Amino acid sequence: MIAPAQPELVTVNIDGKEIAVPKGTNVIEAARLAGVDVPHYCYHPKLTIVGNCRMCLIEMGLPAVDPATKAPVMDPATGKQKINWIPRPQIGCATNASAGLHIRTQTPQVKDCREGVMEFLLINHPLDCPICDQAGECKLQEQSTGYGRGYSRFIEQKNVKPKRTLLGPRVMLDDERCILCSRCIRFAKEIAKDDVLGFIDRGSYSTLTCYPGKKLENNYSLNTVDICPVGALTSTDFRFKMRVWFLKQTNSIDSESSVGANTVAWSREGVIYRLTPRRNDEVNDTWMADTGRVLYKSITAADRLTAVKVNGADSALDLAINAAGELFKSSAGAVAIVGSGRSSVEEQFLTKQLATALSAATHLVSRVGPGDKILVSADRNPNVRGALVTGLISALPAAQLNALGAAIDAGKVKTVVSVGEDLFAAGLNATQLAKIAVVYLGPQANATSEGAKVVLPTLTVFEKSGTFVNQQFRLQKFLKVVPGVSGATDDLVVLSKLVAAIGGAVPSDLNPLWKVLAAEVPALGTVTFANLPETGLLLDGTPWAALPFVEGETLHFKPAAQPAAVTA
Amino acid sequence: MPAPAQHRIIFQHIDEPGYTNDLACYVQHGGYEVMKRAYARPPAELVDEVKKSGLRGRGGAGFPCGVKWSLLDRKSGKPIYLVVNADESEPGTFKDRYIMHQDPHQLIEGIMITCFANSVKQAYIYIRGEFPHGARILEKAIAEARAANFVGPNVLGSGYGCEIYVHRGAGAYICGEETGLIESLEGKRPYPRIKPPYFPAVLGLYQCPTIVNNVETLCHVKYIADVGGEAFAKIGTPNNTGTRILCVSGHVQKPGYYEFEVGKITMGQLLNEVCGGPLPGRTFKAVIPGGSSAKILKFGERFKGKRKVGAEMVDYDWAVEDVPMDFDSLGMIGTMGGSGGVIVMDDTVNMVEALANINAFYAHESCGQCTPCREGSLWMKKISARMVHGDARPEDGQLLKSVADQIAGRTICAFGEACAWPTQSYVAKFGDEFKGYAEAKKAGKPAATTLV
Repeated sequence: MIAPAQPELVTVNIDGKEIAVPKGTNVIEAARLAGVDVPHYCYHPKLTIVGNCRMCLIEMGLPAVDPATKAPVMDPATGKQKINWIPRPQIGCATNASAGLHIRTQTPQVKDCREGVMEFLLINHPLDCPICDQAGECKLQEQSTGYGRGYSRFIEQKNVKPKRTLLGPRVMLDDERCILCSRCIRFAKEIAKDDVLGFIDRGSYSTLTCYPGKKLENNYSLNTVDICPVGALTSTDFRFKMRVWFLKQTNSIDSESSVGANTVAWSREGVIYRLTPRRNDEVNDTWMADTGRVLYKSITAADRLTAVKVNGADSALDLAINAAGELFKSSAGAVAIVGSGRSSVEEQFLTKQLATALSAATHLVSRVGPGDKILVSADRNPNVRGALVTGLISALPAAQLNALGAAIDAGKVKTVVSVGEDLFAAGLNATQLAKIAVVYLGPQANATSEGAKVVLPTLTVFEKSGTFVNQQFRLQKFLKVVPGVSGATDDLVVLSKLVAAIGGAVPSDLNPLWKVLAAEVPALGTVTFANLPETGLLLDGTPWAALPFVEGETLHFKPAAQPAAVTA
Repeated sequence: MPAPAQHRIIFQHIDEPGYTNDLACYVQHGGYEVMKRAYARPPAELVDEVKKSGLRGRGGAGFPCGVKWSLLDRKSGKPIYLVVNADESEPGTFKDRYIMHQDPHQLIEGIMITCFANSVKQAYIYIRGEFPHGARILEKAIAEARAANFVGPNVLGSGYGCEIYVHRGAGAYICGEETGLIESLEGKRPYPRIKPPYFPAVLGLYQCPTIVNNVETLCHVKYIADVGGEAFAKIGTPNNTGTRILCVSGHVQKPGYYEFEVGKITMGQLLNEVCGGPLPGRTFKAVIPGGSSAKILKFGERFKGKRKVGAEMVDYDWAVEDVPMDFDSLGMIGTMGGSGGVIVMDDTVNMVEALANINAFYAHESCGQCTPCREGSLWMKKISARMVHGDARPEDGQLLKSVADQIAGRTICAFGEACAWPTQSYVAKFGDEFKGYAEAKKAGKPAATTLV
């Protein structure tokens, strides 16, 4: 393990409390470490600092030194070094920690500054809260409660600005609510690398807009909604759907690619309303792609499988498992398994157990698309590395199941278990498919499930718990957000029942299953599902370092240097 | 005491019959001779002369020019830029335009000496958008100077090369703020930068060390290169050296521009003797000494305190008329010398209406970057406009002051002070007028004039 670089620590004094922080930490973050809240709007830890909201004004002082001798000037009253306080308030976001820095956040001047800024931000802000989507998670609401005066002295007309501007297909702008913090502008320019937003007009009439002829339509546009401290930017998908205080937050993982962006799923009464990024400084910072935010729609998609079927007729789970068991027995030695890079580590482990019990060859289907260098990688399977770690596969998957096709042609395979994969799409032809019986388990219907002998509907990533191993070999946990739809069964249950059907026994519950996993998979050693940190756990990927992974560089990932010509 | 005579250095040839703004005329009057001599000296020596001169910036803040140059980061290896601030936008100020219109080569010579002294290879003249004529004159003058090899790749055959470019602004007051100006020059919105870390001397234009100097300041540099720093320091008063152009506008008999040794003339001498006093039948009521953002002075108020004369502390007890027109004295009495724009108001002026006008200006010119100034300036405008055109309340004066107090000292740039100081000083000094404005209006006076 490589030890992280130890930052140089300096001691700063915040409201009389001494605390050691890494040198250069800004006052907002340093105060956070000391448990002191420094309110702010424009500052965002992952964006450049502009210092325009003026909410983080604090009093700052430095230890006095004699200008001539550079000797510390002592205060006889306290016996400590005298502090020279700067009379003007300073912004915390652009003030960096240096040795002996003194900060006061609770003085009358700081209180007055905060009250002043709050008042200024509110005078032209519409009283939209009852119909505003941001209500409940609005920094303006929170900080006006915490730091405002609580009454208004403004009797003039408020400014009038555009109320409904579509900046792009997914983002709606209400200019009257905008407090001109410029977070969205900086995000578009610095993170999304799509410089389309800017202000027009000036003074209090400044208005956020897209550049002429441009739209905010990049695949990261919804992050602007997340970082908007007020309700100026709203998601066209989430707008007016649900009050945020009714929503339950559950940690999840973006399964659209091997980046594995950390997310939060917001649900109420078994329905997911939105997905937002969850901060992980090693993976996705505070961002995620727009495409990952609509994945929850797969739960209620039209192609969702909700009925167990045997030979095309509705059946019951145990009957279907028996039917599958019969197939396995009748084609003993001629069963193949098409596992999935979209399955969780646990499911892949059970798939492996099934394969072992059936002495079946295992295949995997790769899914590759262009990487965007930010948070969508070229490998669109979230968990190919999980399949390597669990031993389900030992080489990287191909897009086409040519080996399986050849085995079918040769009559060596009579039954195929497909874990959510469409065998047509993966390159098997109708003749080959006609020769085999398919046991299909997965959440979504496709051409393969249509013709399968046994169909076992399973759950989407939002309806179950489990882990993925992302491109960094980081083991990350996702939790069950909503109950599974009626008619679908947890993949682990289905897989363990299939194993049982041929006389094996593996647990289907996560905790006992992890005991087996930890015992049988060397890379997972001491891990248990319960003790897996929220930010994930980096596994040792060196056994697979020589494999030609398809991912290019993304936000916090650099591919290992590949030997120049590995493939002939 | 009679007013001293004008001491014209910068304005030596302004309005001189027969003096034109072309190169031939300038050279005929000894132009570019100073530069030729300066180029024969080591650059560091020229910087020293400016330091010795005690020249203070004429743009508004009065920051010592030599100190500004010595703060330059010369070790970074990055190019050093000179930016000439010709964005003369402070209401009441009209000195730089005369230099550029009538004596542009004086400025170019000053620029070329400054560039040589500081190893600058590129200089930009940022001229305000409302000066199209000045921009054309400068372009022509630079072309002439280039043709005569006073500007270009090999100036005067010295092997030193420097180019000057004219950049026209688009009409924004905030572009006079040096970091806003730099942003604008870079092609962005002129949002002033946060300091720290973006001090122009270290991270200025294109993140390179940059000098930003006012037009008049650079003309003084030329004069300093001519007579030497020590000789220059003898003009004016200690710490307020050289001459200063005072632009007088408003209710005086002879408004105009006058160049005096700094601190050698008092406000009273300037207004009563030089400018001919108030208009017939009127009396002075108030005066803004250094551009509209400077705090107003009320005739009749007195300023007492101690000041340094030589090495001693001396008591002073001044009426407005007694105040010497220099940076330190005006600073001492709570206002500033600023850009030298003296705006005079007589007894016909209602201060609520005057403030409404100034507030309208600042609300219109706030760049909108940081909260207190953006929201506060417009709020103050709305209050004062309502007082004039709608219902004035007795408490509005205090509300105005309270809003202004929430702006000054809390913004990114000095615009916060610029927009807050008028309100703070008007309400502090003419509070009764604000309190009684509603009654005064009901009584039929004053007649509200149309506002901007």
